[in-house]
Amino acid sequence: MGEVIVITSGKGGVGKTTTTANVGTGLAKLNKKVVLIDTDIGLRNLDVVMGLENRIVYTLVDVIEKNCKLKQALIRDKKYENLFLLPAAQTRDKTSVTPEQMKELTDELKKEYDYIILDCPAGIEQGFKNAIAGADRALVVTTPEVSAVRDADRIIGLLEANEIKKTHLIVNRLRPDMIRRGDMMSAEDVIDILAVDLIGQVPDDENIVIATNNGEPLVGDNSLAGQAYMNICRRVIGESVPFLDLEARKGLFSWFKKR
Amino acid sequence: MKLSDFFKKKSSSDVAKDRLKFVLVSDRASCSPEIMQKIRSDIIEVLSKYAEIDMDNIDINITQMDGEDNGGKSAPALYANIPIKNINHNVK
Repeated sequence: MGEVIVITSGKGGVGKTTTTANVGTGLAKLNKKVVLIDTDIGLRNLDVVMGLENRIVYTLVDVIEKNCKLKQALIRDKKYENLFLLPAAQTRDKTSVTPEQMKELTDELKKEYDYIILDCPAGIEQGFKNAIAGADRALVVTTPEVSAVRDADRIIGLLEANEIKKTHLIVNRLRPDMIRRGDMMSAEDVIDILAVDLIGQVPDDENIVIATNNGEPLVGDNSLAGQAYMNICRRVIGESVPFLDLEARKGLFSWFKKR
Repeated sequence: MKLSDFFKKKSSSDVAKDRLKFVLVSDRASCSPEIMQKIRSDIIEVLSKYAEIDMDNIDINITQMDGEDNGGKSAPALYANIPIKNINHNVK
């Protein structure tokens, strides 16, 4: 029986879709059978981040409305044959799907796949309710900014109220230089404020922009963000992995400067 | 800016933490101003049976309770400061 993971944040633009793409691809790299579902109906983006935008024929709404078979709508990844995407419809809205229908869909997928990962839209309205309906656990993405942390707190409360017991936090876009200066909250600071456990800290890495430009998630490559995402995947499957030293690859110059 | 101010200045990440802690207290307590107003008038109504209250100087708020007072956990607490003008001794 597979596990349904919802990736959510409350606030927009903190990196939900990027996280979904990288966690999904990373789990596929670890030989898991994975389906990614874009639940952001009307504002889909997971397809472009995955580089699969040209292969869309059917969407999530087509599956729900039974215009096609589930298998027909799943798009196989370019690189990993055990990784699939179920894209959102672009010309519809969040009300095209109900939480009950979403739960039915994820329950069906759980029989055959190890991980079903849902990219949740921003906000706490219908789209959010749809995305969390069938979820077994949640990864809440935030950045070290007051607005994002506040929204994450609200989301954590809502997940609790909806009986999603396993919730972990990913702090994204950390800048070690700013943290050292005292101008950015660290992942520990954020954990201090929010009542959840940390599962990942991802540095602000320009390679993310490049990877998105190319439509190829960078998880598992040599970049700091690539390593951070791979570590998250390992923790998701239950391995215990120490947190990355985000300053580890700064070179000799900063080594001298720090001392 | 004086030199002493420079040393006293909090880092912006500390400012962010403090502000967040404060805002999350009211978020978590999820008390809208309407509900606060209701709590306030209900408290006044009950207390008025027993005492004459100084209506102008009432202060009722939800604040963060210190960790030490609550076994290491900080929790929201209702703080009420209600000055009494006169105790009504004729209560049945």
